[in-house]
Amino acid sequence: MTLLDIQTLSLAIHGFPVLQDVSLSVTKGEIVAITGESGSGKSMTAMAVMGLLPKGARTTGRIMLGDRDLLATSERAMCGIRGNDIGMVFQEPMTALNPVQTIGAQVAETILIHDRTTAAKAEDQARDMLARVGLPTDRFPLSRYPHELSGGQRQRVVIAMAIARHPRLLIADEPTTALDVTTQAQILDLLRDLARDFDMGLLMITHDLAVVADMADRIVVMQNGGIVEQAPTGALLTGMQHPYTRMLFAASSHRVNLPPAPAPEPLLEVSHVSRDYRLPRSRVFGAPGTFRAVDDVSFTLQRGERLGLVGESGCGKSTLTRAILGLEPVQEGSITLGGDPVFSGTRPNLAVRRRMQVVFQDPFGSFNPRHRVERLITEPFHLLTDPPRKSARRDAIAEALRAVGLSPDDAHKYIHEFSGGQRQRIAIARALIIRPDLIVLDEAVSALDVSVRAQILDLLADLCREYDLTYLFISHDLSVVRSVTDRVLVMRDGKIVEDGPTETVFSAPRHPYTKTLIDAVPQLPDLAALRRSDTHA
Amino acid sequence: MARTRPNLCAMLRYSLKRLLSLFISLAIASLVIFVVIEVAPGDPASFMLGLNAQPETVAALRAELGLDVPKWQRYLSWVGGMASGDFGMSYTYRTPVTEMIAARLWVSLPLALYALTLSTLIAFPAGIFAASRRGQAGDIGVMGATQLGIAIPNFWFAMMLVLVFAINLRWFSAGGFAGWDKGLWAGLHSLTLPAISLALPQAAILARVMRSALLDVLGEDYMRTARAKGLSARQTLWRHGLRNALIPVLTIIGLQFSFLLAGGIIIEQVFYLPGLGRLVFQSISARDLIVVESVVMLLVFAVIVVNFAVDLAYAAVDPRLRSRT
Repeated sequence: MTLLDIQTLSLAIHGFPVLQDVSLSVTKGEIVAITGESGSGKSMTAMAVMGLLPKGARTTGRIMLGDRDLLATSERAMCGIRGNDIGMVFQEPMTALNPVQTIGAQVAETILIHDRTTAAKAEDQARDMLARVGLPTDRFPLSRYPHELSGGQRQRVVIAMAIARHPRLLIADEPTTALDVTTQAQILDLLRDLARDFDMGLLMITHDLAVVADMADRIVVMQNGGIVEQAPTGALLTGMQHPYTRMLFAASSHRVNLPPAPAPEPLLEVSHVSRDYRLPRSRVFGAPGTFRAVDDVSFTLQRGERLGLVGESGCGKSTLTRAILGLEPVQEGSITLGGDPVFSGTRPNLAVRRRMQVVFQDPFGSFNPRHRVERLITEPFHLLTDPPRKSARRDAIAEALRAVGLSPDDAHKYIHEFSGGQRQRIAIARALIIRPDLIVLDEAVSALDVSVRAQILDLLADLCREYDLTYLFISHDLSVVRSVTDRVLVMRDGKIVEDGPTETVFSAPRHPYTKTLIDAVPQLPDLAALRRSDTHA
Repeated sequence: MARTRPNLCAMLRYSLKRLLSLFISLAIASLVIFVVIEVAPGDPASFMLGLNAQPETVAALRAELGLDVPKWQRYLSWVGGMASGDFGMSYTYRTPVTEMIAARLWVSLPLALYALTLSTLIAFPAGIFAASRRGQAGDIGVMGATQLGIAIPNFWFAMMLVLVFAINLRWFSAGGFAGWDKGLWAGLHSLTLPAISLALPQAAILARVMRSALLDVLGEDYMRTARAKGLSARQTLWRHGLRNALIPVLTIIGLQFSFLLAGGIIIEQVFYLPGLGRLVFQSISARDLIVVESVVMLLVFAVIVVNFAVDLAYAAVDPRLRSRT
């Protein structure tokens, strides 16, 4: 029985077309995934179903929920449908909950809006619902506040709020994108179980094909506001009629061709490094405790080597990165670059600092919007005692931009004129311009669409060939680390639990935690095997 | 119930920390006030006796006023006296400063509270109304009115109030203070026009702060989550928006109270109110240093205590502040 039927939905916001002729349907108990890159219109489709489109939106077509057209339903009636017939889970669990209300109150609210019951009964239901999503009361009382929970736990609270009224349809918009791989696997399992137990239709929106490949019954591929292909999962993956679908699939499992690493010569030496943080006092006059974020970490990065550092949030990789960059002192151990300490006495060693550069995750927040590109990418020059001037400076800018696949003319533009992928190229140009010995790439491709990510990874491989780059690639995304590193470190609870050649670690992990991590990564099915079983069937 | 204990403990630790910083601020402030006023030119004894006084007479008066002992001793006895409620004797009027201040405080404190209550009662609805109608006629109207409220000088506004409500309509008296001994109503009645004139610009500022704080909150993810639960736009604003928007608003309310307590001097003049502002003004002209010192210290004390109260209010509003230490 068709539950949700979107018929030729078109949407324009302030006259700008966002969706064109989108038609798809979800039946009871079915899991339908919408996938595509940013700007493809997948989230807008969800918001249209919820009736929560931004101001200035004009729609045509129909969105039928059962025999009711949601586009023709009044706002007042929509309030009765949202949360009651349709639940929704969002991408950012860290900000999706009201920080000043307890989780119990927030889950009970969904019940109280739609049901004239007593507060006590709503609280009982909220307790059951939280227990159902894996937050039992004995460990997670209703009086908890969101900031006392981890990202995965918060997402469970959001899910409890969305399903508290047993809606017929659940929409999940990138529900696991902001989560660690092991948490992601748990949340995906939970959503799948809930859809089955409650006999709900589940509309999953994700940019990651692998996430939905073994979960969705049907996959809808969107591009530029339209549907390019939709079919049952198996048929879609084996058939792949549309070139865009094929491109998405190829980009998701993109492997780059790294040049062989040169002969080993130690560059960065991290030896028995520990870093403590002070914890808040647990009693009014008690001594503050300490938290060891990095615990006795040692490794050597060879010149020309591409080293990966993986681990889940809170494992200490950011702390370790800050220590390597000399941004914070360490309590124990030493970090040297080419034999010189990165941190001397009470401040960073400038002589070493100018030999390291870093590329950050967020291509939108890591540039000053009021500076032109030439000023942005020459910022590292202030580290040099004798920075290039005039024509030498111009040449350096032109070369750095050319190296990352941009034109020297781009130097005079502002950052808002560039897309996310181009900005990340500019960030790499900024890191390259003083020819550092070491580049730290901190989740440098995590915010990018798969096709753009593939291009940036190729660029890194090209730069390795051209400039003999040495980099430390920090990421929570294991498939990316696998493709662009020679050696990988696996970090957990401040310790390095596994250290070895990338291929060996991934194909034959020794530590159980590494195994757990690798198993949790959503895998795209092996197409050849799929096709074989398809023809035999 | 295991949950409440760490929470209480966090709240207690937070309060103790704020209290400690309150005492440190008071100590520093008293020292600064003492030093600044001591270095100000003008000897109270010679000022009181006039230009033709004999040096012996001046010296005798200095001894009588306690001005001949070392400065640090005078500081300590001043601070010690204040701690026990004894602010010393006024040089000019030869009456206890404590009595002088207490009488004035009975006017200024109720006036400040009255004005603050009015300003909050006007600003909250106005700010919420404007924020919920962003860009529409209602918003533009309210914002225009606040612009006007900030721009109008309050002494002029006070005079207009007197003209309309005291002289033409005769609903209120044009000035003076009836005193609290005639009853609460008589006292409030004579403070109404001054409170309105003080409240107007404050209400205008507060309404703008309320509006912009709410607009910031409206863009938050959890507001969208609340809509997805089935709350209407209005319910979302009231249940999830307001409390989150309160932090900046509380800050401004705290600042406004401190300002209203002493900053009403012009309004006190317009309405002939015997308030703290006028006391300071008169004492400065008469070089009655001990009164000036005491009133300034009292105002500093009020500001610091209000800030302490605002800090506690923050923690009551936002649970994250309780656990962050």
